[in-house]
Amino acid sequence: MLAFIARRLLATIPVLAMVAVFVFLMLRLTPGDPAAIIAGDNANAQQVAAIRTGLGLDRPLVEQFAIWIGRMLQGDFGESYFFKRTVASLIAQRLEPTIALAAVTILLSVLVAVPLGVLAAYRHDSWIDRGVMALSVAGFSIPVFVIGYVLIYVFAIQLGWLPVQGYRSIAGGFAGFIERLILPACTLSVIYIALIARITRASMLDVMNEDYIRTARAKGLTEGRILVRHALRTAAVPIVTVIGIGIALLIGGVVVTESVYGIPGLGRLTVDAVLARDYPTIQAVILLFSFVYVLINLAIDLIYVFLDPRIRY
Amino acid sequence: MSKRAFFLATAILAAASVPADAQTTLRNVMHSDLKILDPIWTTAYIVRNHGYMVYDTLFAMDEKFAVKPQMVEKYEVSADKLTYTFALRDGLSWHDGKPVTAEDCVASIKRWGAKDSMGQKLLGVTASLDPVDAKTFKLVLKEPYGLVLQSLGKPSSNVPFMMPKRVAETDPNKQIEDNTGSGPFIFKKDEWKPGDKTVYVKFAQYKPRSEPASGLAGGKIAKVDRVEWLAIPDHQTAVNALIAGEIDYMEAPPHDLLPVLKKEKSIALVDWNPLGNQYTFRFNWLHKPFDNPKIRHAVITAFNQEDFLKAVIGDPAYYKVCKALFPCGTPLESTAGMQGLLDSNFAKAKEELKAAGYDGTPVVLMHSTDLVVLANLAPVAADLMRKAGFNVDMQSMDWQTLVARRTKKEPPGQGGWNAFLTSWVAADILNPVMAGFLNSACDKAMFGWPCDEKVERLRDAFAKESDPAKQKALAEQVQARAMEVGTHIHLGQWFQPAAIRKEAVSGLLTSPAPVFWNVAKK
Repeated sequence: MLAFIARRLLATIPVLAMVAVFVFLMLRLTPGDPAAIIAGDNANAQQVAAIRTGLGLDRPLVEQFAIWIGRMLQGDFGESYFFKRTVASLIAQRLEPTIALAAVTILLSVLVAVPLGVLAAYRHDSWIDRGVMALSVAGFSIPVFVIGYVLIYVFAIQLGWLPVQGYRSIAGGFAGFIERLILPACTLSVIYIALIARITRASMLDVMNEDYIRTARAKGLTEGRILVRHALRTAAVPIVTVIGIGIALLIGGVVVTESVYGIPGLGRLTVDAVLARDYPTIQAVILLFSFVYVLINLAIDLIYVFLDPRIRY
Repeated sequence: MSKRAFFLATAILAAASVPADAQTTLRNVMHSDLKILDPIWTTAYIVRNHGYMVYDTLFAMDEKFAVKPQMVEKYEVSADKLTYTFALRDGLSWHDGKPVTAEDCVASIKRWGAKDSMGQKLLGVTASLDPVDAKTFKLVLKEPYGLVLQSLGKPSSNVPFMMPKRVAETDPNKQIEDNTGSGPFIFKKDEWKPGDKTVYVKFAQYKPRSEPASGLAGGKIAKVDRVEWLAIPDHQTAVNALIAGEIDYMEAPPHDLLPVLKKEKSIALVDWNPLGNQYTFRFNWLHKPFDNPKIRHAVITAFNQEDFLKAVIGDPAYYKVCKALFPCGTPLESTAGMQGLLDSNFAKAKEELKAAGYDGTPVVLMHSTDLVVLANLAPVAADLMRKAGFNVDMQSMDWQTLVARRTKKEPPGQGGWNAFLTSWVAADILNPVMAGFLNSACDKAMFGWPCDEKVERLRDAFAKESDPAKQKALAEQVQARAMEVGTHIHLGQWFQPAAIRKEAVSGLLTSPAPVFWNVAKK
C-alpha cells in the first residue's frame, strides 16, 4: 500500500510538469497584455512599455519560463502583477471560503442525496422513485445562477432570513459563518444531489438484485439493516467515486456560485486573474488545482480498499 | 424545530456574535475591485478613487469647474508669469503624524510629472521646482504657461496626489509600497483583501479647509468612522444587497437594473457626476483605409449619436446628444466645426468615400463584448458604416484583449486594428491638453497615433494662454481641426447615477470622481 501511495505521488511530478508547460504556453499565446491592463485606459504607449519592462514581459519566452520554473522549484510562486502580494498569500487568503463552501456543499449533498437514492432504489418504480428522478432531472437542468437568484429573492429579499452575499470566516463566529454559507451551499448542492442520488439509485438497483441480498432477507434481517449494512456498502464504490469527483470539481468550479453570492474564494480569484492576465496567479492556481485533482483521485483509490476488500494495489 | 424557528435561532446567534458597534461604517460597492494602490502608476479610475480617499491635492476643482487651493494656503504669480510661489496650509500632516513639507510636495509633483501627460507638459516648460522653506516651494517656468493651476488641480487620472518624500521618490515605473497619505481617510492595508474588501478609517487629525465642500474642493470632512469598499462582482447581487440593506452605496448600477432600483422606496438614484461620460470612436491613422483623412471624414458624416446612445443606454433620461469634443455643460463646449456632421447623411458619406478613392479595404473594427456599457457600440458603428458603403470586419473580443491589441501598430491583418470604441469620463476631456485622443504628436500620441502639426500647434497655444476667452477660441479651433482631420468621434454623453439607501446616506457631493468626505450615515 505504501509503495502504491509513493508511486502515485511520484507520478504527480510529470503530470504537474506537463501542466506547468501547457499553462505557461497557453497564457502567452492568449491575446491580452497585463501591462496594458495595469497601465489603465488613459495610459500612453511609453507607460505601457515601461510597465512591461518592469514585469519582465519583454524578455524572451524561454527566459521567462526558466525564471518562473526556477522560482517554483524553490517553492516561490511569485508575486501577483496586480496585487503586489505573493501569489501564495493570495491563495492562502482565498482557500478558506472555497474549502468551507465545498465542504458544506458536499456534506449537504451526501446527507440528502444518498438516502434519496437508496429510497428510490428500494421503492423502485413507485411514485417515490419517479419523484426522486424528476427532482434529479430538474437539478441537472436548472442553471446554478438561476437557483441562486431565486433563493436570494425568497430567503434574503422577501423573507429576510439570510444575508444576500458575503463570507465570514469561522474564526469570527460559527453563526455568522454558517449563516452566509446556507444559501450558496444549497444552490451548489442541487446539482450534486441530483448526480449523487442518480448514481446511488442505479448502484443500489444493481446490488438489490444480487443473491446475497435475497439470502440476507431469507435470514430474517430487517430491511434497514439489509439496505445500509449489506447493499449500500457494496454499492458505495461508484458513489464514492462520484463524490470524490464532485469535491475536485467544487474546488475549482464554484466560480458562478462565488460570484452570485460575493464569496471571495479561489474560483473568483481565478476568474479575476484570467480577466486581468495575471500570469503568476493563474499559473499557480491551475497547478494547485491539478495537484488537488491528483490527490483526490489517490484518496478515492485508497477508500476503495476499505469499502471493497477484494480491491488490492 | 420548524424551518422558521431554525432561521430565527440562526439570526439570534448571529446577532449575539456581533459585538456592539458604535462606529458608523459606510459600505460601498464601487465600479471595480481595488487591485493596485498607486494612483500615479496606473490611470485606472478605481485607483484614482482610492487616491481621493487617502491623499490630498494642492489644488482641486470645485463643482463649477473652478480650480481652488486645497493643501495650498496661498500662492503668488510673478508679473512675468514665470514664477509661481506656493505656501502650504498650517497643520497639514501625514497619516503617520509627521508634518507635510514643501519637499514632499516637490517630490510628488516630479513623480506625477514623469507619468501624466499634463504633468509631462508642465515639467516640460519648468526651469526649476524647489522648496523654499518647510512650507513654501517655488515653480519657475521657462516660458509662460496657462495651465499651471489646472494641471496641479487636475481632477482625474492621473491626479497629482501629494505623498511623503520617501514615497514620492519611488521610481515612477514601480508601484509604491507605502500608502501613507494626508487625506481625510487612512487606508487599512492590514484589512485589505483584494477581491473581498478595502477598508478606510477616518483620519482624526485631518485639518479640513474652512470653506464648504464643493466638488473636489473645499472642506473635506469625514463624517463616517469607516468606509468599506466591498467587492461584489455580480451586479444583480450588489443590487440585491443594496435593497436588503447590506450595503449603502452602489457606484455604477447597470442601466438595465435602474428601473428595478427606481421602484424601491428605500433606494435613491443620485447623479453625482452630472458631466457624465462621452462615448468615443477612435481611428487608427497608421493603416488603410483610415490613413486617408477623407475616408475618416466619411465615417463622421455617416454616424449619428442617437443610435449609439439608444442601443447602449436606452433611457433618454441617462443620455444626451453632445457633439462637442469638450463636454456639454463645461466652459469649452462648442459646436465649432460640427455643422453637417454626425447626422447620418449616408448619401454624402458615399460621395465622400467615392471621392476619397475607397477601394473596399476592410475596416477591422474591434468589438468589446464583456462590458455592458460598451458591448452594443461596435455593432451600431458597423451597421452605420456599412450603410455608408464601408466593408467592415467586426472582430469580437473581451475588453482586456482589446486593451492589449489597441497598442499594436502592426497592420490589421497582422494583429493590428483600424478602429475601436470606448468611453471617456468627462473630467478627462475638459480641455485640448487634457483630452488624450486630441494628442496628435504622431508616435508620441495615444493609440491611433494621429499625426497633425496644426492640432499640436493649437494645443500648445492653448496651454500657454491664460485668458479664458482666448482659451475658448483656441479650443474651438482645436475642435474644428480635429473634426477636419478626424482624430476621433464623440458619440454622445451618458450618465451613470449611483444608487444609495435613501434613509441612511446623505451628503454625496457632485464631483467628477466619487468621493466620500461630507457623506454621513444614519
